[in-house]
Amino acid sequence: MPGRGKGEEGRALLEVKGLRVAVAGNEILKGVDLAIRDGEVHAMMGPNGSGKSTLAQVLAGHPAYTVLAGSAQYEGKDLLDMKPEERARAGVFLAFQYPVEIRGITNSYFLRSALNALRRERGEPELDPIDFLQFLEQKLKAIGWDDSMMNRPVNEGFSGGEKKRNEILQLAVLEPRLAILDETDSGLDIDALKTVAETVNRLRNPDRAFLIVTHYQRLLNYITPDVVHVLADGRIVKSGGPELAQELEARGYDWLRDGVMVS
Amino acid sequence: MAVQTGSVERLVGSYNAWATNGASRAPTWLKDLRESGIARFGDLGFPTMKQEAWRFTSVAPIANASFELAHPPARIPQLEDIRSFLLFEAGYRLVFIDGFFQPSLSTPFFDDIQSLAHVLTHRQDLVRQHLGQYAATQDRPFSALNTAFVSDGAFVHLPAKATIAEPIQLLFLSTGGKPVVSHPRNLVVLEREARASIVETYASLSEGPYWTNSVTEVVVGEAARVDYHRVQRDSGRAYHVAATQTHQGRDSTVNLHTVAFGAALARHDIGAVMAGPGGTLILNGLYLLAAEQHADHHTTIDHAADHCESHEYFNGVLDGHSRGVFTGRIIVRPGAQKTDSKQTNNNLLLSTDAHADSQPQLEIYADDVKCTHGSTVGPLDPRALFYLQSRGVGEHDARRLLTYGFAAEILGRMDVAPLRAQLDAIVRGRLAEP
Repeated sequence: MPGRGKGEEGRALLEVKGLRVAVAGNEILKGVDLAIRDGEVHAMMGPNGSGKSTLAQVLAGHPAYTVLAGSAQYEGKDLLDMKPEERARAGVFLAFQYPVEIRGITNSYFLRSALNALRRERGEPELDPIDFLQFLEQKLKAIGWDDSMMNRPVNEGFSGGEKKRNEILQLAVLEPRLAILDETDSGLDIDALKTVAETVNRLRNPDRAFLIVTHYQRLLNYITPDVVHVLADGRIVKSGGPELAQELEARGYDWLRDGVMVS
Repeated sequence: MAVQTGSVERLVGSYNAWATNGASRAPTWLKDLRESGIARFGDLGFPTMKQEAWRFTSVAPIANASFELAHPPARIPQLEDIRSFLLFEAGYRLVFIDGFFQPSLSTPFFDDIQSLAHVLTHRQDLVRQHLGQYAATQDRPFSALNTAFVSDGAFVHLPAKATIAEPIQLLFLSTGGKPVVSHPRNLVVLEREARASIVETYASLSEGPYWTNSVTEVVVGEAARVDYHRVQRDSGRAYHVAATQTHQGRDSTVNLHTVAFGAALARHDIGAVMAGPGGTLILNGLYLLAAEQHADHHTTIDHAADHCESHEYFNGVLDGHSRGVFTGRIIVRPGAQKTDSKQTNNNLLLSTDAHADSQPQLEIYADDVKCTHGSTVGPLDPRALFYLQSRGVGEHDARRLLTYGFAAEILGRMDVAPLRAQLDAIVRGRLAEP
């Protein structure tokens, strides 16, 4: 596929320019610029209410948000013009901060429906339940997990950690080109956090970019990002390398808030 | 529409004609039972919406129509004609057409899995001991009317410690040719430590109007277990009124599954008495309605003994102008300590013209108990919709999947695989594009 080379020369996989977004009449994002290239891992950090989750949800197409201005190009196409399912089929994946329970539908049935929707888009044959189970077994093996969650209704009665793990499992099965993790680390104890981080690391490859939205630096102890951004009051106020995350851990966010705009 | 008193008189007249003619050879105890039924019905008449138990359901369409008492079918269908309703070729099966037992389509077992008509004369002592002892008629005009016309239906008896592996099928088919009423009366008795699975199905061979007024009594002895499935998939022009009453002994288990897909108007009263300590009850129900359908489920779980557990799950999926009514009454009697009772009723509205009424009624007279209830009424959860879309599932398919899940949650609790498959196919068919 063209445009997949890592580095400065290729076109960015995701290019967000001047994005302004409101929810229920309140402007949350006030002009966000962001470029993510193939295979890069970006961390989006920032204090509560800075707009991190809004950015994640808007990129996935959540209907509650209104785009006021700006653009988001994904693989050179207008991402904001696409329905959520079209974005997913094009390779955009959002790991939810609050995964939703779906009564009566087993995880396995749900995953197969989702995978087949993607396969239809790619012109690949759909997997029947038996083929899917084999495919799933390989995936589970690759990330070192068992199938204990597969025959339970989606997220129903799952613990917080199980819900987050389930999001990462979907990531592994659906193999997106751009994976957005919305506070996947929140609510996880240290063991669960390590498990999730290890899995994400295994899923890193030159054809898959990550946007990791997090409030805390601790996830970045296990996943080393290429770029770290700080979002404050709806704008990216600072971007840097992995060392920026450490600096934020040491100094907090306040020193960036007083109108300091560094990029 | 007001209920005509003339219709009550007509039914009483129809009873008198029947009792002096077709049913005149009955033993005295049975005659007395029938007489008490018609007397009670005559006193009560048809229920009106002024009565608390009927405030959301008008039976005027039944009361104002004139249903003739069903006759034995002129032509008995072949096995081929009913094959689509059968779950198993093997196993025990009792088939009824317009309420009349059909030996040529059935596979009974001596005097234990038989027509009620047969055992009313051949096992009088056992039948007399149980028939009419559990289903209330005092304030239930339809059960009283059914009792007046007691003559045929299914009889299942399992002696102590007996187990039947294959589910027993009880199939009630209406020909739907003429507007007739049938009053199937079923009696299921499981002696101590017996175990059985039963599937009771109501369906139609045509789309005609008819009225079914059934009563089923299920007696479950000490440490016995019954998995009871009831499927109502009547014609869309049918009226279906039913009462199912279970009575549980000590340490017994009842898993009662009910599904209502059919009928223009359906009312199902489900009563469960937990008479001995240590009993377990699962009441698992689904109603899937569309167009102008109206289904009213009235459940009463009576915790009469201590250390019993009841779990009630009812889901409604309502489309078109349909209306679903659910009343879930739970009574915890004084002394029924350590009762653990959970009730949920979730209603999914697929159309702005669909309507659901959900009323829990908890009456708790013991202090050391755990009782919870919850009910929801609303459209599909937009968060779930977005979640599915964000995984690549198109909006239309996502809606269908979520709706299917609402039904599948209930069907998934049933153990009989061929039944689950049959119901699953009906649900999928109903959710498919017109």
